Amino acid sequence: MGEAIVITSGKGGVGKTTTSANIGTALALQGKRVCLVDTDIGLRNLDVVMGLENRIIYDLVDVIQGRCKVHQALVKDKRFEDKLYLLPAAQTTDKTAVEPEQMKKLITDLKQDYDYIVIDCPAGIEQGYKNAIAGADKAIVVTTPEVSAVRDADRIIGLLEKEEGIEPPKLVINRIRSHMMKSGDMLDVDEITTHLSIDLIGIVADDDEVIKASNHGEPIALNPNSKASLAYRNIARRILGESVPLQQLDAEDKGMFTKIKKFFGVR
Amino acid sequence: MKSSRVYRDNDLYGLDACLGVVLKAYRCVFQEKYHSSAILIKEFEHRCRISFIIEVNIFMKKTQNVTIKGTKDGLTLHLDDTCSYQELKQELDRKLSNSTRVQEESKLLSVKVKVGNRYLTDEQQEELKDLIRQKRNLIVEEVETNVLTKEEAERLKQDGEIVSLARMIRSGQVVEVTGDLLLIGDVNPGGTVKASGNIFIMGALKGIAHAGCTGNDEAVIAASIMKPSQLRISDCINRAPDQGTDEEGKPMECAYISENHQIIVDRLQVLIQQRPNLTRFEGGR
Repeated sequence: MGEAIVITSGKGGVGKTTTSANIGTALALQGKRVCLVDTDIGLRNLDVVMGLENRIIYDLVDVIQGRCKVHQALVKDKRFEDKLYLLPAAQTTDKTAVEPEQMKKLITDLKQDYDYIVIDCPAGIEQGYKNAIAGADKAIVVTTPEVSAVRDADRIIGLLEKEEGIEPPKLVINRIRSHMMKSGDMLDVDEITTHLSIDLIGIVADDDEVIKASNHGEPIALNPNSKASLAYRNIARRILGESVPLQQLDAEDKGMFTKIKKFFGVR
Repeated sequence: MKSSRVYRDNDLYGLDACLGVVLKAYRCVFQEKYHSSAILIKEFEHRCRISFIIEVNIFMKKTQNVTIKGTKDGLTLHLDDTCSYQELKQELDRKLSNSTRVQEESKLLSVKVKVGNRYLTDEQQEELKDLIRQKRNLIVEEVETNVLTKEEAERLKQDGEIVSLARMIRSGQVVEVTGDLLLIGDVNPGGTVKASGNIFIMGALKGIAHAGCTGNDEAVIAASIMKPSQLRISDCINRAPDQGTDEEGKPMECAYISENHQIIVDRLQVLIQQRPNLTRFEGGR
């Protein structure tokens, strides 16, 4: 019996889809059977980020409305043998096409076959959000170090805490720019964590590679040399129960000279 | 019963006469019906007389339903709580009408009304007040009763209680309590706490706090870290300055309404002078 994890944020554009894709990929790399579910009906793009757009035949709404079987709609990711699947969202209808109860049943069915179900939640707190969290056991809240994103994350956490059957949510802080955090122009990690007062499960630095990889339909987690990739892999390991220390933010490559300066305590 | 009703019409001197009439009437009925002997009639008469006297006695006691007492603080109307409301009203009416002319030229007097263990509905209270006001130049200052409805008592209890709550109040959440609120946790921006009494926050107040929300100007707000987006006490509103000051709010601050109806934020310790009523602890050394 698997575990369903919903990735949500409240605010749009903080990286829910990227996080979903990469956590799913990283979990698959760890040898788990993973199913990604895109619940952003009408505005699907998890398939694009995963590079699986062309293989979609049926979608979530087809499954819910009984036009096909679940396994027919699942898109297999060829990069992983039989480890990673995607259940794409429909592009033609909207979020009211699905009811939370139906979603819950679908996720329960999927949990029989997979170790992890990663549910990508749409932005907002309306029907789409309610559908996404309906079947979830765990929740990960994604935020960026911006006041507005943190505010929305706070709201979402409040809603998730009220939900029965979902464990206390975990926090991912995305798009961290360490130089801005250091200069105090951005909320820093501690500030956000104390403000939201939930457990931090990972921090991801802002990395151009992420955008590049997404555009190529290859989740960054597949690229072992990127910092962001490592961050996502760490998150996956923490989900699996390992205790992995947080990445050092200021270890950004600024060259040898900076490192020496730092060593001597010169700023 | 008949006899007492006759008596109630203030016919003190007709007491004997009316007894006679009643007895006569009874005797006629008795005789006609049973054709009884004279002894039986005598017996009957005797019993009638006794019961009549008892009834009169009971009634004499009841005439004391309304007593007016003068004390140092003014007049007090004691209204008995064992008679019916209707009786009480009638008697009050009568008593107050007795000597209207004496008081006519004097000023308005305020009186207290004590009703003992009688529960008066709001309408009844109003009725009595009106009655007293009409009849004499008296104004009811307050109506004192020993009785509360259950709801009132529960409300009073709630108002005096401190509700403690251990959780975060997040954006979009509203917590409203009756009485004082003791929050163990933070109020995040966008979150609201409301209390009919005081609000004490052990964490950081970054959202909105509304103390005394039912109109209590005496209510205060205290927080370990006071960085609210808005403070409201009773009907006063105070908001944070638009330019977010970078200074970290001093630890342990309080807010209260000053004499000129402004919300003042100050060190927690000033509450000792400003709101001595906050102390509930009695005893100690």
